Amino acid sequence: MHDLNVDYERQMNAEGFHPSLVKGPVGINTNSLGESDTFGLEPKITARGVNFYYGSKRALNNINISFAQRRVTAIIGPSGCGKSTFIRLLNRMHELVPGARLEGEILLDGLDIVSPACDAAELRKRVGMVFQKPNPFPKTVFENIAYGLEVNGETDKRVIEEKVVDSLKKAALWGEIKDRLRDSALGLSGGQQQRLCIARCLAVSPEVLLFDEPCASLDPISTGKIEELILELKKDYTIIIVTHNMQQAARVSDRTAFFLMGDLIEEGRTDNIFKAPRDRRTEDYITGRFG
Amino acid sequence: MNRRKEKLIKWLFTVTAFASLAFLVGIVLVLFKEALPIFKTVSPKAFLLGQSWYPTAEPPEFGILPLIAASLWVTAGALVICVPLGVGSALYLHELAGDKQRAVLKPVIEILASVPSIIYGFFGMVVMAPFLQEALDLPIGLTAFTTSVILGVMATPTVASIAEDALSYVPRSFREASFAVGADRWQTLTKVIIPAAGSGISTAVILGMSRAIGETMTVLMVAGGSAIIPESMFDPVRPMTAAIAAEMGEAPVGSDHYHALFAIALILFLITFVFNVAAELISRRYRLKLGLSR
Repeated sequence: MHDLNVDYERQMNAEGFHPSLVKGPVGINTNSLGESDTFGLEPKITARGVNFYYGSKRALNNINISFAQRRVTAIIGPSGCGKSTFIRLLNRMHELVPGARLEGEILLDGLDIVSPACDAAELRKRVGMVFQKPNPFPKTVFENIAYGLEVNGETDKRVIEEKVVDSLKKAALWGEIKDRLRDSALGLSGGQQQRLCIARCLAVSPEVLLFDEPCASLDPISTGKIEELILELKKDYTIIIVTHNMQQAARVSDRTAFFLMGDLIEEGRTDNIFKAPRDRRTEDYITGRFG
Repeated sequence: MNRRKEKLIKWLFTVTAFASLAFLVGIVLVLFKEALPIFKTVSPKAFLLGQSWYPTAEPPEFGILPLIAASLWVTAGALVICVPLGVGSALYLHELAGDKQRAVLKPVIEILASVPSIIYGFFGMVVMAPFLQEALDLPIGLTAFTTSVILGVMATPTVASIAEDALSYVPRSFREASFAVGADRWQTLTKVIIPAAGSGISTAVILGMSRAIGETMTVLMVAGGSAIIPESMFDPVRPMTAAIAAEMGEAPVGSDHYHALFAIALILFLITFVFNVAAELISRRYRLKLGLSR
């Protein structure tokens, strides 16, 4: 345990943080308030006391967690543990499901996004989402990316064009498909489609990107490209990624949260979670004893 | 023993499956065989474009343009009614109705489709026609307009049901993707869902058209039966189906009149055939577009 603490401090220093800036005791993953420590940064998103129900079925129990600015947080856990359910709350996609009910508060830059005063469409521009299965529209590559701009009232063709190109570049797709902008997006490979979906998100200039198992339907090479992209994007965006794949969580994330049956069991620095989980259930899961 | 049984069953199902094909081929053969002799008397051009239909006059005239025009008029009129009603109900069912409402509305719409056409005809004759005659001050209530209204109502469930299917084939992921970039419900509907379901909706419209143009009993009862090219929606008309149904009984078998009626049936068959092939092609393209069929 001692060695780990030293290791932890060294890494924190390497990232440019002095340990004294870090909230909460070093080496302990969660501070006394039950909120995650966020590398000494203002948290981008904070969930407090979140309970969630589908009809009368309770899907999430009292979730408290914070997500640091410009960091990647991975959410892991077995199927049905509530991890996808949870990130869908963060841009209120849960409202598309009838009978969904949310208690508690979720703050984005200190603003409660769950309150009726917050406009869901505005929120979703700031908090983009990439889904499990690539879901480009049956339109051209260009139209797919321009869509978000158009629905948000952008009419200037030159601005749209610039943003489309820019988003494709950011999504590391420009080189591959710059000659195919007028082709149907459905003709792209699965990996390209997924990066197109990422570009579609980026076009509306979000601050947070939610990835809901983005590589679940992709081959290892495409998966590698998406992971590379995530590491690149974290320079500018706060990223939360749900994944089944623990190696993926280890590769791309700074922090990891483990969900089980609607509870947040443990959340902390990814290396700590994988090397020295505090909870027995986390250990059992990451060592493959179940799940 | 088992193997023989299996063979028998396989054979039996093959026969049933191919029976439809056999019926279709039989119908087409009979239609051609009985229709073609009329063209010894009248040229195809005079038949299709001739403006007078006096099959029992002396000498008879076999120009079916008034009948074709009547069919097209009432079908077009029916479309004006069944497309907004049908597509509107499909959109409502798909987009706004809750599960409970849908559970009631969808079967109700389907029951509307199963009402026998004679009941529609009866309703048109006894209720609609006198009402329109009164309300619009017409010399006669049995007009192209009346027919259009009734046919429109009859075709609505076909359009609604198929259009609703088309909308529900649009993957939920499109809707999610649209919402996720900040689109609202209306934008999602008009810019993503309807375009994605577009060819499915066109299929619905074409099949509704097919239903209207082929309908017989209703038009026989409410169209008014006059074989002249209509000048307005409020003229009585005689669509192709009504002409066949009304005259077949009086036409001596093997006479020119008899063959002419078969030729009308052939034309009608070709029109609906083209409609249905178009609908099939469009809906196939649509499923491909959505990546549904492999």
